[in-house]
Amino acid sequence: MTKTNENIKVDMLAPEKPVNKERPAKKAKTSMKTSLQGKVTKNMVLLGLLLFAFVILYPLFWMVVSSLKSYDEIYNNVWGLPSVWHFENYATAWSMGISGYFFNSLFVTLSTIVLVVMIGSMAAFTLSRYKSRWIDVALIFTIGGIMMNPQVALIPLFELLTWLDLINTHWALILTYVAYRLPLTIILIRAFFLSIPKELEESAIIDGCSEFGIYARIYLPLSIPIIVTTIVLTAYFAWNEFMFATVFIDSDVLKTIPSGLMNFRDALRTDWGVLLAGMVIATIPMVILLVFLQRYLVRGLSEGSVKG
Amino acid sequence: MARRNRIVPILFILPSLLFLGIFIYMPLIQNFYNSFFDFSVFSPTKEFVGFSAFEQLFGDKIVMTALINNIKYAIISVVFQVAFALVLATILEDKLFRRIAPMLRVVYFIPVMISISVIALLFNFIYNPQMGLLNSFLELIGLGNLAVPWLGNATTSIYAVIAMSQWQSIGFITMLFIVAIQKIPKELYEAADIDGAGKIRQFFSITVPQVKETLFVNMLITITGSMLVFNEPYILTNGGPGTSSMTMSVYMYQQGFFKDNMGYASAVATLIFVVTAIFALIQIKVSGTGKDE
Repeated sequence: MTKTNENIKVDMLAPEKPVNKERPAKKAKTSMKTSLQGKVTKNMVLLGLLLFAFVILYPLFWMVVSSLKSYDEIYNNVWGLPSVWHFENYATAWSMGISGYFFNSLFVTLSTIVLVVMIGSMAAFTLSRYKSRWIDVALIFTIGGIMMNPQVALIPLFELLTWLDLINTHWALILTYVAYRLPLTIILIRAFFLSIPKELEESAIIDGCSEFGIYARIYLPLSIPIIVTTIVLTAYFAWNEFMFATVFIDSDVLKTIPSGLMNFRDALRTDWGVLLAGMVIATIPMVILLVFLQRYLVRGLSEGSVKG
Repeated sequence: MARRNRIVPILFILPSLLFLGIFIYMPLIQNFYNSFFDFSVFSPTKEFVGFSAFEQLFGDKIVMTALINNIKYAIISVVFQVAFALVLATILEDKLFRRIAPMLRVVYFIPVMISISVIALLFNFIYNPQMGLLNSFLELIGLGNLAVPWLGNATTSIYAVIAMSQWQSIGFITMLFIVAIQKIPKELYEAADIDGAGKIRQFFSITVPQVKETLFVNMLITITGSMLVFNEPYILTNGGPGTSSMTMSVYMYQQGFFKDNMGYASAVATLIFVVTAIFALIQIKVSGTGKDE
């Protein structure tokens, strides 16, 4: 498993190794015709790549630009820049409810992260250090959790949370988010724990370190890279989750951003600029996360789904 | 030492087993159980009805429509998100595009990070029949006669929903392929270069066989995701107009929380589970999740 950890280092922003300058000189030997053909193909492919980038970026650019327009301008001047830049759309969106949704999302996301990392790393510790038939069963139980999906559990969870009197509380989201993030988190952290050399803990035991000490003083500090990965993955999930957030929380005051935006849309009807401003605000934290921690995110996504 | 070894592991793993048991496994069993009863959110008791929900399920035309939509979703997603993403990843990893590739990777990945409700609201603007970007673009390039109310039209609604999903998710699968391609030994391509194999030949003879496993897992992820899809159709069309863009999950939600047929909704959920569990089992088997090195 360590092997995979080392290999996955896609850094989307980092410039890659400089191209070896000597290569083109060697290629000059090939006939003029093929190199011309190659150039044409290369430029056409490049054009295709840029066109696709435009298709991805333009709607987002439009969202940001239109969030600064008035309703009339969005409707009548779809493509143009705003004639008057309505920066107050952001203030309006923030004060009309987005701030509440934002802090609800923040609370739910942070609580989920803390619980997932704590509970997950503890379970991973047991699953990586001990061997017995019961540990094997627990491991299968954990892995099996990956194949269960929230859609199928929606109605029973609704019944359960109603019975626990947790519907319409943030705990309805936190507890279910934690549960559905645990299997993947445990598998990722356990794989990392397995790579920690046994000699480290043996010498710690000789020095009188307790089991808990081994977990807290050796395993956790050494595993910070994989823990950052699980934090990023959990943040991404909890910030964007929509279905549970819609079904389990009815009260507008308690809604998180994804479900809150739907209320926001219904309340605004024609105030499109303000709605778009709210959408941009909802997006900003994730884009910041992507820019700063993308390396961890990519590793988590690829190890979580593809174990080659 | 021996006693310590026995208590700590149990204490450490107990919370996670409880979470999994209560919030993942129990609901699953409860869902099977619920499929045999007729009840509503507010009814104090559940009435046992045996297999009647399943009989109803197999005669239900809307379930059929939903299932077909899910299958369309899966087929189109496999073509775009898996086949196209593999080509895209190969091009991005080619040394010809080394300068621009890091920037493009970020660009293609941005929509993956954005909440589905933001994306869906944005596409509501794009598909809007009066001021929408799509229709005004078609008019701009002289194809105005192709403009339709994409979401309000029963023949186009499901495709409009699927198209949005492709737009959002292609960067994700591309990134998984990039990671896989980076693990391919460079010597293979160098040897092929010397032998005079062209890019297309290299793609089919080196890249595809080397990322075979990733390719298969990505296909399974995509298919499973397509069978479960809820957010996109729910926000964009709520399954409409009529039932034209219904998917199994949206139908389950509507039956349960809108029409309050909780028992029947559970039977739909059971069908969803059976369909997706098959693919999930194959995925666990193939990817060897949890296997020790």
